[in-house]
Amino acid sequence: MSTVARCTDTIEDGRRVLRFAGDLTLARLGVLPTKLDRMKGRDFVLDLSGVGRMDTIGAWTIHRVVRDRGGTVVGASPGNESLLRQMAQVDQPVKVRPDPPPAFTRVLDQLGSATVEAGRTLLGLLAFFGAMLIGVARVFREPRRFRINAVVQRFEVVGVHAFGIIGLMSFLVGIVIAQQGAVQLRQFGAEVFTVNLIGRSSIKELGVLMTAIMVAGRSGSAFAAQLGSMKLAEEVDAMRTIGVSPMEALVLPRVFATVMMMPLLSFYAAIVAIVGGGIFCWIGLDIPPVTFVQRIREVVPVTDLWQLLVKAPVFGLIIALAGCFQGMQVEASAEEVGLRTTTAVVQGIFLVIVLDAFFAVFFTEVGWL
Amino acid sequence: MSDPQSDNIIEVHGLSNVFGEQVIHEGLDLEVRRGEILGVVGGSGTGKSVLMRSIIGLQTPDAGDVRVFDVPVRSAKEAQMQAIRKRWGILFQGAALFSTLTVAENVQVPLREFYPRLSDRMLDEIAAYKIVMVGLPGDAGPKYPAELSGGMKKRAGIARALALDPELLFLDEPTAGLDPIGAAAFDQLILDLRERLGLTVFLITHDLDTLHAICDRVAVLADRKVVAVGTIPELLALDHAWIQEYFRGPRGRAAEEAVEAEEARNELAAQGSADD
Repeated sequence: MSTVARCTDTIEDGRRVLRFAGDLTLARLGVLPTKLDRMKGRDFVLDLSGVGRMDTIGAWTIHRVVRDRGGTVVGASPGNESLLRQMAQVDQPVKVRPDPPPAFTRVLDQLGSATVEAGRTLLGLLAFFGAMLIGVARVFREPRRFRINAVVQRFEVVGVHAFGIIGLMSFLVGIVIAQQGAVQLRQFGAEVFTVNLIGRSSIKELGVLMTAIMVAGRSGSAFAAQLGSMKLAEEVDAMRTIGVSPMEALVLPRVFATVMMMPLLSFYAAIVAIVGGGIFCWIGLDIPPVTFVQRIREVVPVTDLWQLLVKAPVFGLIIALAGCFQGMQVEASAEEVGLRTTTAVVQGIFLVIVLDAFFAVFFTEVGWL
Repeated sequence: MSDPQSDNIIEVHGLSNVFGEQVIHEGLDLEVRRGEILGVVGGSGTGKSVLMRSIIGLQTPDAGDVRVFDVPVRSAKEAQMQAIRKRWGILFQGAALFSTLTVAENVQVPLREFYPRLSDRMLDEIAAYKIVMVGLPGDAGPKYPAELSGGMKKRAGIARALALDPELLFLDEPTAGLDPIGAAAFDQLILDLRERLGLTVFLITHDLDTLHAICDRVAVLADRKVVAVGTIPELLALDHAWIQEYFRGPRGRAAEEAVEAEEARNELAAQGSADD
């Protein structure tokens, strides 16, 4: 027996009688709750004698009519009656939605918390850097604490595995620089200076900057995600209780490997970019490779290479620190791992670019034009 | 209901599940009758959860026939599956609450999906009483799953599984991680629901107290199939090493004694009230 719930509205002995029939179940209710809501009047008699099956949602529909507008239930089967009683029991004040704060205070609140959060992150990062330095000092005092296997493994993941993608990216960037530069310089009849543009920009800025961005995306994010999920699975806590310092076992190898790998990758990226530019010059501008290499050697001062070699490890340090720091901040949920990973990459790239600006000013001041 | 009232809500015949080299199930048969609470027990790695996933269609078995509400799950059309999904509720082991939604919104998800005509006010009220029904505190509604303890997550998961007042409830280790008081309250909740709504329950558990307290029959998974199904006394009469070990071990004994003590108390109370 399955029938759609129905409700007839009659007046008997001066009282409103709502006579229900059919199954009062979620699947059969249809628009009945809305219909009852729209019904005017108070103090009904609800006759359930025609009702077959009833589930909690059906019972709730009856219960809320009785609760909100008064009424008496008659003719319910014993089972349905006990269900109604149970519904009355579970009708307790429950908060369903968070109360929204007023718009003005909410904006202030967000502004304030964002500021506090930014300050806290900066302090945290600084504290993390300090803790790492202490870790480094300990490793220096007791060299056996240095985890050479972990470091070598990171070398592979951070460095060797990145060769392909960084090479391809740099090659393409080299071609784009050459092509765009040639178009502009042609207007002054100075096409030959394309070589200067390629050589200097690749070694001084692009090689190291593009590599930093790629490493932040590949490795900084991976660090945050790895450490974050380890933190979540209480692996980090387990490590501490066994007496292994997470700083030594997890953070130092990653930071050290990134610091070591960044200069190598950056140099490689710069060279590949020059090769890419050189090929464009050869094909597009008819500058033969021999001439190209000779020009590069003439126009690129060795200080450009020094700049690359100074900047790259610093950028590597920042990226690895941001990644590990964010990873170690994970506390509650898997969702946080994703958020922290994103933050690690954004923070890493942002700090790298800010520092790059400082470096540019600094190197100009010391005369490494 | 319009469908023929078959006695078995779930029928599994010749189910096989193989993962690589590992054979989990081989020729497994199981029937779940309408209105019963069936406990499923088995050692770790005997494929209790895999069995549940095969029945609800999340895991495609390598062979075998699974029918739920007389519909073959493997070959059912999407519309048929949707109709079945309206009639069951599932509590996963880790509760599997949607982390971006609040508890109340989690409860409302199935309602919104299947019954878009319900008004927002009605939805809120339904979520509210479901939350109370499973024993969550009144301020749990607007909280996110990350803010809840393990036990509270379980309860919220049950509230979501019960959202549609299902006829069939799958519970994967519902009392694991609950304190004994919470576990007992949960047992009572399931019994109440069964009595009021004629619920059929497929219950995976390791909790011997729950097995003794609420299960009508218990299915034992071992050796890649269901080796025995029956009431606990029936199982105890069998000569199977694992079953004997499981129910007669120190923990099994304690649970049994607890049930006996409870019954004795009830008897005394009944006599006492009869004397009045």
